[in-house]
Amino acid sequence: MIDIEKEAARIAEQGECAPRLARDPVNLPMINNWLEAIGDEHPGYTEVAPPAMVQVWTMGGLRGQRSADDPLGAMMAVLDEAGYTSVVATNSDQTYHRYLEVGEHLSVTTSLEDVTGPKRTGLGEGWFVTTRSTWWVGDEAVAEMRFRVLKYKPAQKPEPKREAPRAQAIRPSVNRDTEYFWEGTRRGELRIQRCGGCGLLRHPPGPMCPECGATKPKYLVSEGYGVVYSYVVHHHPQVPGKQTPFVVALVELDEGVRMLGELDGEPSVGLPVEVVFTKVDDELTMPSWRPRADR
Amino acid sequence: MNAAIAGIGATDFSKDSGRSELQLAAEAVRAALDDAGLEPSDVDGLVSFTMDTNAEIAVARELGVPELTFFSRVHYGGGAACATVQQAAMAVETGAAEVVVCYRAFNERSGHRFGQVQTAAAANIDNSWSYPMGLGTPAAMVAMFARRYMHEYGATSEDFGRIAVIDRKHAATNPHAWFHGRPITLEDHQSSRWIAEPLRLLDCCQESDGGVALVVTSAERARDLPNRPAHVRAAAQGSGADQFTMTSYYRDDLTGLPEMGVVARGLWERSGIGPSDVDVAVLYDHFTPFVLVQLEELGFCGRGEARDLVASGALELDGTLPLNPHGGQLGEAYLHGMNGIAEAVRQVRGTAVNQVAGVEHVLVTAGTGVPTSGLVLGRG
Repeated sequence: MIDIEKEAARIAEQGECAPRLARDPVNLPMINNWLEAIGDEHPGYTEVAPPAMVQVWTMGGLRGQRSADDPLGAMMAVLDEAGYTSVVATNSDQTYHRYLEVGEHLSVTTSLEDVTGPKRTGLGEGWFVTTRSTWWVGDEAVAEMRFRVLKYKPAQKPEPKREAPRAQAIRPSVNRDTEYFWEGTRRGELRIQRCGGCGLLRHPPGPMCPECGATKPKYLVSEGYGVVYSYVVHHHPQVPGKQTPFVVALVELDEGVRMLGELDGEPSVGLPVEVVFTKVDDELTMPSWRPRADR
Repeated sequence: MNAAIAGIGATDFSKDSGRSELQLAAEAVRAALDDAGLEPSDVDGLVSFTMDTNAEIAVARELGVPELTFFSRVHYGGGAACATVQQAAMAVETGAAEVVVCYRAFNERSGHRFGQVQTAAAANIDNSWSYPMGLGTPAAMVAMFARRYMHEYGATSEDFGRIAVIDRKHAATNPHAWFHGRPITLEDHQSSRWIAEPLRLLDCCQESDGGVALVVTSAERARDLPNRPAHVRAAAQGSGADQFTMTSYYRDDLTGLPEMGVVARGLWERSGIGPSDVDVAVLYDHFTPFVLVQLEELGFCGRGEARDLVASGALELDGTLPLNPHGGQLGEAYLHGMNGIAEAVRQVRGTAVNQVAGVEHVLVTAGTGVPTSGLVLGRG
């Protein structure tokens, strides 16, 4: 196991990387290209550059390589190694001390400011990495930036996944003994058969109570909460309507019966889950599980 | 029981037989009759699995069997294997038939593969609580048990892997085995890909084309036939409380196979022997975790202790309980357990390629996770 916090502390302790010199001095052709691309028609940028362009001057170019002591590169490598392989920039705050004049040659230094996590996000579990960069002209600091990225493990099932293959999903067969259940899921209710004679709760259901022999099954509506009793991560072969790998969990509901369903989340035995209903079409709504939002 | 297996026969075991399932069945039955020194005209009973596509009358037509007085089928996939012999033995004992052939033949690899998702199976109401949720293969269904077993007893993937290593080691010296000459190491097992976590590829048995047949007749008649009879010392079927096919997930406990416990009680009571009297164990091994659970259900060790028994070396050919000397289904071929019964007969005869010395009693089990069956065969 990689100790991410320890690695972060080690990288932060190295402080600022060596100054990296911009490829070109501040120049008019690049300013004009930038103004056009951004759609900025302000006529004043003939001798000074737009402040928001500051990052542009020290970009690495198409085939740029991070320097060996670049703290963001080092931290990304640590997180890649730990399985957090995807990245998204979340925010940046820039401070400009003055306008940059055409002909000035910039350099930039960067340090690692903060690494926090692991956090559960919509994209998946990840770490927020914040760096601080300073641009220099000689030994004068001309601009600063705090830059934050989320480095994350992509969630097991991105949203669109549920959409495409629904048409081929395996459908349950429904008969007189089981139709109450599927009618329930259509209405957003997870129904558990309850014997009209002795009150026995039973899943999967059947027409005759094995406890008292009554043939008048009723149902109660489950609160929809339970814990994972066991689970499978299915890899092979392909399953119609599913994208591998996916998790199927056997959940023990708080009411006491067990029920199978797909689980959208990192599985473990004992994980508290709640029911989710996914509409396949007008006839069929499938119940599945996700980790309890309040736990 | 007053019945014995007097003949065994099989086709080659392959991945693509190149012939119809009926031809495989007919070839296997003819081979078994040849082995028993009997003619098709001696046969008056046929038994198979409900899953077999070859009707008894079709097999009888191909063989030229003139009349049948007994024909029967057993349900629940591989759980039927030993029960076919039980059906045959009961028919012989009651006089319903004199010579009954049990057969199973399929193109399970080149044709209809059980390891794929059986979309049509969801038409079954029981399966409507599993297949639509994405639990649609035997491997995944067993994996659900295996995960809970690991959770309760601390068993690991390596504990499962040791079963595969033993089977493949035995298959390596069996020329009839698909994996002849191809043993594996525990490292091979551990590096094989996930199929349905916690099951890896090498926890799952291969898929095969082929056929196996067994000739059952009375002990008296068997005595006059060419081969040493393998007496049916006991045969038993078992189904447990709240039983489902592969998905008995709603019982209090998910770490046992109570249906195999029912079979075990029947076998020990009727044969008069116990676990310590077993010289060879041919245990159904479609997926490794259930071999461990069977060892516990059959009384070879306590609950959760099978991994220690396996690690002790007891299941090696020179151990106290040699397991699947032919290589099992993981190593020899997947013939729905029928090739395991044939191996048990060879062990009793003393003609197996990996022969265990001084065999008196062989235990055979059928498919697990489903209502199942078992046999004790002996020298009689």
